This record gives sequence, C-alpha cells and structure tokens, in this order.
Amino acid sequence: MFRFIGRRLLVAIPTLFLVVTIAFFMMRAAPGSPFDMDRKLSPEIEKNVLAKYGMNKPVGAQYLDYLAGVAHGDLGPSLKYKDKSVLAILKENYPVSLTLGLSAILIAGVVGVSLGVLAALRQNGSVDYGVMTVAILGVCIPTFVTAPLLVLVFAAKLGWVPSAGWNDGALVNLVLPVTVLALPQIAIISRLTRAGMIEVLHSNYVRTARAKGLPERRIVMKHALRAAILPLVSYLGPACAGLITGSLVVEKIFNLPGLGKFFVISALQRDYTVVMGMVIFYAALIVILNLVADLLLAVLDPRVRLS
Amino acid sequence: MSASFFDRGSGLEGAQSMERAALKGRSLWDDARRRLLRNRAAVAGMVVLALLVVAAAIGPHLTAYRYDEINKNDVWMAPLVHGHLIGTDALGRDLLARLLMGLRVSLAIGLVATFVSLVIGVAWGAVAGFVGGRLDEVMMRFVDVLYSLPFIFFVILLMVTFGSNILLIFVAIGAVEWLTMSRIVRGQTLTLKHKEFVEAARAAGLDQGGIIIRHIVPNLLGPVVVYVTLTIPAVILAESFLSFLGLGVQAPMASLGTLISNGASDMELAPWLLIFPSLVMVVTLMSFNFIGDGLRDAIDPKDR
Repeated sequence: MFRFIGRRLLVAIPTLFLVVTIAFFMMRAAPGSPFDMDRKLSPEIEKNVLAKYGMNKPVGAQYLDYLAGVAHGDLGPSLKYKDKSVLAILKENYPVSLTLGLSAILIAGVVGVSLGVLAALRQNGSVDYGVMTVAILGVCIPTFVTAPLLVLVFAAKLGWVPSAGWNDGALVNLVLPVTVLALPQIAIISRLTRAGMIEVLHSNYVRTARAKGLPERRIVMKHALRAAILPLVSYLGPACAGLITGSLVVEKIFNLPGLGKFFVISALQRDYTVVMGMVIFYAALIVILNLVADLLLAVLDPRVRLS
Repeated sequence: MSASFFDRGSGLEGAQSMERAALKGRSLWDDARRRLLRNRAAVAGMVVLALLVVAAAIGPHLTAYRYDEINKNDVWMAPLVHGHLIGTDALGRDLLARLLMGLRVSLAIGLVATFVSLVIGVAWGAVAGFVGGRLDEVMMRFVDVLYSLPFIFFVILLMVTFGSNILLIFVAIGAVEWLTMSRIVRGQTLTLKHKEFVEAARAAGLDQGGIIIRHIVPNLLGPVVVYVTLTIPAVILAESFLSFLGLGVQAPMASLGTLISNGASDMELAPWLLIFPSLVMVVTLMSFNFIGDGLRDAIDPKDR
C-alpha cells in the first residue's frame, strides 16, 4: 500500500512539473503584457516595474526562479492585483467553488445512484426508459444551455430564485448553479449505476442470496448495491474535472466570485502568475483525487490489488 | 456507459441468423450493419444528422438574408416578422441564416478536429502496441501524464496566447482529444497481436501485410469508428464551450456556441435567440450520441 502511494506520488511530480512548464512558457508566448495600460508607461517606469517582478531577467532565469518558488509553495505575487499574492487570491476564492462543487457532487451521487438502481430493477420497463432518456438528455444538453434556460424560467419568469449573485452563499442563490452543475453528473452516474447494477444482479452470488430466500430489498440494498457502485469510485477523478470545467461556465453566468470566473479574467488580463497558480492548483487537485479514488477502490474491492 | 436500451434483438433471432450464416458467408461488417439498422434510435440519429448536414451545407445559400447582413430596421424582430422565420438579433441579423452558418462551422470544427485526433491517436497507439516493450511503456506513460492535466485550461491558455482563429481551434481541440483514441488503439493492437485467428492466418501462410489488412485493421476499425462518432460531439461541445467564454469563433462568424452565448445575454428581451440555437445544438449532439451508442452495440463483440 505505502509503496503504491509512493510510486503514484513519484509519477505525480513529473506531471505537475510538466504542468508548470507548459503553463509558464505558454503564458510568456502570449502577446501583450500584464502592464499594458490605456496610457503607455514611460520606459524608466516600465523598467522598474519589470525589475520589481524579476521580469527583466532572461526567460530561462525567470523560469528557474518560478520553479524554485513553486517548490517552496510560493506561487508569487499577482501582477494585476497589487499587494496580493497568488496564494491569497486562491484562498479568497476557493470556498465558493468548493461549496458549489461539493454540493453538486453530493446531490448528483444520491440522485444518480437512486435513479440508476430504479432503472436497473425495472430493466426495459417504462421507468428504465424514462431514466435513460433523462440520462441521454443530461449528457447532450451542455451547461451553458441549461443555465440560461433555468434562469429564464425560474428567475426571470417565475421569480422563485435570484438570477445571479453569491449573497454569502445563501441557499436560494445556490439552487440554480448547483442544479446546473449536478445535472450532467446525475446523467453519467445514473448510467454507470444502472450498468453496474444490471451486471451484478445477474451474478452468481446474487442468485445464491435469492436461493437462500433473502428478501429482495436486502439483496438489492446489501449485496448488489455495494458491488454495483464500485465503478463510481473510479469516476471520481473525471467527475471532478467535469465539475471544474462546468464551474467556469456556471460562475460566469451566475456571476459568482469563484476560481473559475477568476481564471478566465486573469487569462485575458495576462496575469501570468495567477493563471499558472490556478492551473497548478487544479492539476494537483485532479492528481490527488485520482490517487484517492485508486486507494478507495482497493479498500472497497478485495479483487483489486495495488501493484 | 454503453446502453443498449433501444436494442431489442432476441437470442432466437441470433441463433437463426447464425444458421443462415453457415449457408452464405457474411462478413463482420454485414453483421454490424444489420444490427445497426435494427436499432431505431441509431437510425433516427442518422436520418436527423443527414438532414442537419444537408441544411448546413446548402442552407446558408438559400436564406433570404446573409448571416452577417445588418438590417437597421429589423432589430429584435420576433420570429415570422418581416420574413425572418426565426427572428433577428440585436443588429437585425437574420437568426436563421446565422444558425445555419453556425451549424456549418460547428460541424466542420467537429469533423476536422476529430480527424486530427484520429491521426495522432491511431499512429501513437498503433506504434506503442506493435513495437511494445520499453517504447510502449514510455509512450503510454506520457499519455498517462497528459491525461491528468486539466486540459480545458490549456486550451483556454492556447486561445489567449495565439488569439482565436478557427485553424487553431481545430488543432487545439484535436490535440486534446487524441489521448483516449491512442489508448483504445494500443489496447486493441496488443490483444489482436496474440489472437488465435492471427496465429491461424499465419499458419495458413498469409503474409504479414495480409494479416494486418484482413485481420488486424477490420478489428481495430470497429472501436475506432465508435469512438470517432462519440468524439465529434465532444469536440463540438468543447468549441461551443470556448465560444461561450468568448475565446472561440469571432464575430461576425458564428458557431452554435457563440449563438447560444449571445442568446443567453439577451434572453429576457428575445428568448428565441437562445431557444433555437440551443435546440439545434442539443439535437445535433443527441443524434451523434445515438449513432455512437448504436454503433458500439452493433460492433462490440462482447454484446452479441
């Protein structure tokens, strides 16, 4: 187990190194600079500003400086927001994204698994077709379509919930963004659960459980479900990536002060350090979640051997 | 995630068709086509997609207005007013013309970027699978590393870095989507290399080239075709996503994503600007997904 974790962490380091490298050189290749203003800076001031951020050195030296900083957990200062470090900006903005993401994945898990189990128990029945149609719609309707449509109906026409804004995370403000984020995940999770459940229900040990006369409810809840939701664990990493992508859209549409909204703005403003910091943050998050998923799977499923 | 829930082929039918097969030889692909045509959702998907492709190809030449034609007197027209079948936008541009053009751009991006990913993925996966050994290890580890990157960020960075032009969108998205393709191709190549029927063909005296053409490629093609049909909608989605963030296709050119994005900002004034493009988008994605699922059920030998 510990050797497995060690090896996976050893793979994670070159991954993150690659992330830092690509992000660094791509941002530097971009035309324009974070110090472009409406009014042109005088050459002396520009020289001083560049010197302050160490940007007067050759690119190679800057890259090494940055790597050394990252290795010490220092992501540098923001180039646009004076007196703020990238870490401070991340700290300030991540609670919004975290709240959205966690609520969405929890709701999607509960709803998706229930729908998937229902569909599997009534395979080829009307419930099954209903759930699977919803699942296909959920995969095919992108978040940037559901979000404005839901706003149009529930905020603009019915006025039940506000159309945008964070409002310190009030529940009414959360309803629409979380729904939009959760819908595609519900679709995928219900499909995965249904497929797993159907397979398990045809397995020998479920037949054994039936043969010894266990009530159907116990068979489903205790024996089948446990094995059927195992594929969901490996879906944790991709789900997180999907939520991050979704949050870019959702935070823009609902005007929420989270990391996703910040990322796009910073990229457009050439705030190099903030953009790189966020890319590193998200990459690390995905790497860690994938590792956790693998470990969890090994704990839950005795057939899986860590090698 | 394969769901064959619209497929109602019965086992009896299968047994009968096998009997007939003994009388008259039937190829892998005949079989697959038969199963595909029995799948109603996939057939519906193909019909709808054919209509969409025709509309995108010739539609922009048939509309009364051009997609970038600004009509100062027709701003915010509701559908069916002044000959604008589905209304106009804030600049008085005809939505139908823009929608057809957007559909054309989105489909083109889907096809070209998928082709890019196909070429890279098949080459990468096949080399890794055939050569094997250390090279295989290095190549696939590289794919593993790329897999764990938050790719949408890199595409965004790329668009910001080099500005949004359509060519770059093709390359950027195609370069992102090849990873899964290479894994599928490598896996297939590895298993096929050691299959009994390849052994048998070799024993029967078929040369290396013949084995590859008659046995490896047809078996490789199946999963690749399935994955291609599922990649196209993913690419269309990715482009629309970029366009929605303002990083994709630039005005006055349109894609489904830019139309939805513009529609979303004006939806209270002119809901048709959001509803029609969204509808076309969803129908397009659904038809691709139905075809992809149908193909998978038809080609994947495990489900037989």
